[in-house]
Amino acid sequence: MTPPFDLVVCILLVLACFALVRLVLGPTIADRAVAVDTVNTLVVATLILLAVIYRQIVFIDVAIVYALLSFVSTVFVAKYIGGEL
Amino acid sequence: MIAEILVLACLVIGTVFNCLGILGLLRFPDVYTRMHATTKMTTFGSFFTALAVIVYGASLFLGTGDGQYVTLVLHTAVAAIALAMTNAIGSHAIARGAHRAGIKPAQAVVDRLGEVPP
Amino acid sequence: MLAYIITFILALLLYLLFTAGSGTLWLWSPSELIAGVLLALLTAAVAGKTLCRGKDYRMANPLRLVVLFLYLVGPFLVEVVRANLDVAYRVITGRIRPGIIRVPSGMKTDFSVFLLANSITLTPGTITVDIDEGTNDLFIHNINVPEGWETRPAVKAEELFSLANLPAWIRRIAE
Repeated sequence: MTPPFDLVVCILLVLACFALVRLVLGPTIADRAVAVDTVNTLVVATLILLAVIYRQIVFIDVAIVYALLSFVSTVFVAKYIGGEL
Repeated sequence: MIAEILVLACLVIGTVFNCLGILGLLRFPDVYTRMHATTKMTTFGSFFTALAVIVYGASLFLGTGDGQYVTLVLHTAVAAIALAMTNAIGSHAIARGAHRAGIKPAQAVVDRLGEVPP
Repeated sequence: MLAYIITFILALLLYLLFTAGSGTLWLWSPSELIAGVLLALLTAAVAGKTLCRGKDYRMANPLRLVVLFLYLVGPFLVEVVRANLDVAYRVITGRIRPGIIRVPSGMKTDFSVFLLANSITLTPGTITVDIDEGTNDLFIHNINVPEGWETRPAVKAEELFSLANLPAWIRRIAE
């Protein structure tokens, strides 16, 4: 029996949709930045699980690069919010 | 058998903490408290889903001795460490930017940073 | 010279980490090993000066790295688990009392301040908002300020952690 990785992927994607609700509602830019950061984290976790489901290790390399790029974009947006750009 | 139970436990813990993190993101009153929910709980939850994959790969490697599972385990570990590091630093950056933009913490009982001259 | 050697070793280790499981010579194939050594030499020659800019090589000591690993899997993990349960409780009940407090870190080097700030962000109910670069004081947003802390001008870093003395560990690692 394989563990229910696909069910967890479905739950994580539904959670990402709920995070997008905060992205639409969020009163300030910082709230939206936090929501995007959360969606990025969930996407990285989903990619790791998809690598096991489809048996493609390339997905994990994609996840590593995605995490680092999302970090760069988060820091960039944060600098913009703080008016240091 | 033990590996399956461990994988299942890690997946359940990860999913529960991710759900609570999103609930906090939707429920808390201002950006700093929302950041508490997302930074801590989503990182912890995603770390546990990665840990489930690591345990699964390790059990398959011990069962079959195939080299590709070592690759799976090591790459997943690198991804999990990268996730934990970048989330912490990114949340510092957003909190600092938000405070510089003049967003006051809601319901705060004390704000020592607001008293410091810029 | 030491900067080039450290960059070479780190680049080689990273390459070996990403190509593990490719062959039969332990875990690597011979061609991957040769390519790794060549690429690490190239990286060290090109980027040695830019990647290792500091004059402080105390973190290159393997003993400090071992203590860092012990710190991450021991007291740090315990505090992270406690922090997550605490925040989970506050998400469910909605009982919060937020505030920003000032914490003099008492750390001297950049790396120890970095480690303390990251530990504070991932552990109990606190995130680091800003840092006073002159005195290394941290400004920390606390989700549940305990009674009495709002009138004190500064709170010691040791008081933030209840289960393990993380600042002492960090001093042992990085100073």
